[in-house]
Amino acid sequence: MSDGRLATDPAGARAAAEELGFPVVVKAQVLTGGRGKAGGIKLAASADEAEACAHEILGMDIRGHVVTRLWIERASDIAREYYLSLTFDRSAKKPLFMFTTQGGMDIEEVAATSPDALVRLHVDPLEGCHPWHARRLVYDGGVEDPGEQKQIAAIVTKLYDAFVATEAMLCEINPLIVTPDGEVRALDSKFTVDDNALFRHADIAELRDVEAADPLEALAREKGVTYVKLDGEVGVLGNGAGLTMSTVDVVTFAGGRPANFCDLGGGGDAQGVVDALEVITRDEQVRAIFFNIFGGITRCDEVARGILQAIGEMGLELPIVVRLDGTNAEEGRRILADAALPNLSTEATMLDGARRVVELAG
Amino acid sequence: MAILVDTDTRLVVQGLTGSEGRFHGLRNRSHGTNVVAGVTPGKGGQDVDGIPVFDSVAAAVDQVGANTAMVFVPAPFAADAMYEAVGAGIRIVICITEGVPAHEMLRLHAFIQGRDVRIIGPNCPGALSPGKANVGIIPAEIFREGSIGLVSRSGTLTYQIGHELTQLGLGCSTIVGIGGDPIVGSSFIDVLALFEADEQTEQVVFVGEIGGDEEEKAAAFIEAEMSKPVVGYIAGFTAPPGKTMGHAGAIISGSAGTAQAKKEALEARGVRVGTTPTEAAQIVAEIARA
Repeated sequence: MSDGRLATDPAGARAAAEELGFPVVVKAQVLTGGRGKAGGIKLAASADEAEACAHEILGMDIRGHVVTRLWIERASDIAREYYLSLTFDRSAKKPLFMFTTQGGMDIEEVAATSPDALVRLHVDPLEGCHPWHARRLVYDGGVEDPGEQKQIAAIVTKLYDAFVATEAMLCEINPLIVTPDGEVRALDSKFTVDDNALFRHADIAELRDVEAADPLEALAREKGVTYVKLDGEVGVLGNGAGLTMSTVDVVTFAGGRPANFCDLGGGGDAQGVVDALEVITRDEQVRAIFFNIFGGITRCDEVARGILQAIGEMGLELPIVVRLDGTNAEEGRRILADAALPNLSTEATMLDGARRVVELAG
Repeated sequence: MAILVDTDTRLVVQGLTGSEGRFHGLRNRSHGTNVVAGVTPGKGGQDVDGIPVFDSVAAAVDQVGANTAMVFVPAPFAADAMYEAVGAGIRIVICITEGVPAHEMLRLHAFIQGRDVRIIGPNCPGALSPGKANVGIIPAEIFREGSIGLVSRSGTLTYQIGHELTQLGLGCSTIVGIGGDPIVGSSFIDVLALFEADEQTEQVVFVGEIGGDEEEKAAAFIEAEMSKPVVGYIAGFTAPPGKTMGHAGAIISGSAGTAQAKKEALEARGVRVGTTPTEAAQIVAEIARA
């Protein structure tokens, strides 16, 4: 890595730059990729320029992430740009190294245009990463300078260690550069970690950028609701990821535009339904809501009670279409029928429910 | 004869003394599953509604002849429970627990290669052979006994399709949920091979979703290895790229993993694909009647 300093305001950036010596690079620190293209990385030749760059980049919105922190580092002279990553290859069910000396461009483009230039090497997770893996990568990648070979091999081993230690799904160094005097440096990197493993990585969990997420998605996370914002007018609630995805499809095929994907999950108790409705109706585009529930562990009577409770508490007037099947479906339908609310209707099948809600939203 | 679970199943429930384990273990027993034991370290000697609890899977195998394990222990301990079951000689391990770290599954998957062991899950609804045995959380009352094999990455979507089949008067040999995590113990291909070899199964429905390339691999397998008709359904035709749709594995990355690409891969290999659960069930009925 290059020597650098963290800064959170223009004055701090100026001080850091003066300490490091010029030229410096001012980089946005956000939890997403594509910051270079978005203008979040700038070169500064003087203290005034560094301060001006910091002023410009702070507060910038990069793919929904607002920049609040900057990394100031001494600019590196670049002789060559390489690419190195380690991903979780779901298909082979093994970690996969990818390395190419044709850095500086989109890796998917390298894979498509010159596949021979991209070295791919799987690691057996029980064997772990050994020096031979690193040697294979540098030899097959065509790195000829012995000094470079040695430095890259060391980085390969460390990257694997970090992949295992942080339980990452992706570790990418792009670009991995070589300076004119032969020094190899990781100029930028991106890590994605496994949400399921965060319980034992409190330090990483803390980094989660809650503020930056879509406000509705942030609210959903806070309430423990699985919610993905889409662009339409039909609110969609299902139980289980597969059925909910399928419901989003069926609403679209019926001519509607789903406003969201919202999975009540396995439980789906009354409070869970209230929380989910609160998130969905916060989206002002929503004009009608479709509940598609197939009870397994989820009990349809609980869902029905949750719907009535939410309507009561929130004074909901939006039309709601409900389809219930599976565990305690009859009781659930009876609870809804007894309530006899004007904006609440039930349909017998998923398709009929989708058609009805699209009509109501139209 | 159905696959994975049947009247020969002698089930040990790891985590039987927990609330979920107890509820579903007893529910499985009431469906006729031979639940012979529970395992909770430190609670050996107790019983759950007459089912003996042991400290270890090995003791359950030795003393009551358990041959199949269902894992209901919390996620941080689930991989340990699966290793323990495999170590005790259990050949079929079905893990219902969700939230198991992916790196642990990576190592476990490598560990079982070359061993005569089948792991289903994690984060799955389990396996049900109607009229014979139910291991997991699939509501048995939705399904009828019959000749259709059903394999799926999802839980409730499987119930939806099973319900549609039942409405059309069709029954199932076995319903298997393989789970929606990035790495699961058994893939579509593993389960398709079991259905191909099963005498009771005459036709197979397989329910995929966006993300990964398991459906594409299954398509190649179906063309090369399967004599029985297979009908596909894929969820997520209208899912936006780059967003995880509930299941950790259900994400379109770049142009890879779209439902349309999966449908085309299947159709190119002669597998008919429904775009809604209803349509998929209707295709199955058409083939069954032909």
